[in-house]
Amino acid sequence: MSARGETILWLAQRASAAVLALCVMVHLVTIVFAVQGGLSAAEILGRTRGSVVGLVFYATFVIAAAVHAPIGLRATLGEWLGWRGASRDVALVLFAIGLAVLGLRAVAGVFGGAA
Amino acid sequence: MEVLRVKVWRGAEQGAFQSFEVPRQASQTVLDVITHIQRHLDASLAYRFACRVGMCGSCAMTVNGVARWTCRTHVDTVVKDGALEVAPLGQLPVIRDLVTDMAPFFDKWARARGRFRGTRSRHDEFARIAPQDADRRQADAGIECIGCGVCYASCDLVAWNPDYLGPAALNRAWTLVCDARDGAQAERLSAVGGDAGCHACHTQMGCSERCPKKISPTAGIAGLKRALARAVLKGAL
Ligand code: FES
Repeated sequence: MSARGETILWLAQRASAAVLALCVMVHLVTIVFAVQGGLSAAEILGRTRGSVVGLVFYATFVIAAAVHAPIGLRATLGEWLGWRGASRDVALVLFAIGLAVLGLRAVAGVFGGAA
Repeated sequence: MEVLRVKVWRGAEQGAFQSFEVPRQASQTVLDVITHIQRHLDASLAYRFACRVGMCGSCAMTVNGVARWTCRTHVDTVVKDGALEVAPLGQLPVIRDLVTDMAPFFDKWARARGRFRGTRSRHDEFARIAPQDADRRQADAGIECIGCGVCYASCDLVAWNPDYLGPAALNRAWTLVCDARDGAQAERLSAVGGDAGCHACHTQMGCSERCPKKISPTAGIAGLKRALARAVLKGAL
């Protein structure tokens, strides 16, 4: 890949890492607070359904992960398996789309719809 | 008299260690040991050195598994149970015994545009660059490289990606990126940013840990990543 392309991937990975760091913190802290005293699936869904803030937050989380993971995997595949070139990048774009679709489906399931 | 048990690599890519016994001496360096073997025990041993004072960068070898400059490495600091194992520098083709082919290493300096390209002629004024200039200081931090190849042999990324330019070539490129007098900046940034360039570095710092001149190629590589990011964001690349 060109120097420009490689630099854009590097920037995307740095930026997504920053977003992920924040999201993971908020996510973990929220869980610790929410779970105190025990929580059932129905109670969780009762709180999350219809929450626009939750929807936007977790959609951002999913997209950052879908950007970040394939770029990291790209280096690993190249270094450990010697898989480089266009076929690797096509496979990783599909992987990124897969992550985004599955993640956003889950987000829609938990935060979408009425309470 | 105390003796040192020394195993020395003989052969090329295929070969085996040969054992020698060398008299132990005060302040003896690993290069002294190898020289003793070649002068007194087996004249056919091939190895390389020139300056013996840590300037030329020709004497690097693998000593007890670690890449080192042998002329400035005292036996005391590396000997294990009275024994030394000396092999050629890693990650480079072996020509014979302790001599490696440095061509792939220096070819990468050329690929990283490690050559200064001036923009002035002898008729122009000298460029004036203040000693405290920030770029100059960064260049100064990397400029004392002696090209020994210890960093290159110590870098896992070179093992995983044989095309990777490696710490020394990238450090050289970085000193030129910091050189206000150089006229090949865009070309150089393109050369150091490809698949095998600075973005391949995972900041494992094997190079910085082992550099005998205490240079941090890792810092230079990080500098190159920043310079590339700036160039791309400005639309200059
Ligand atoms: S012989 Fe010159 S650096 Fe060791």
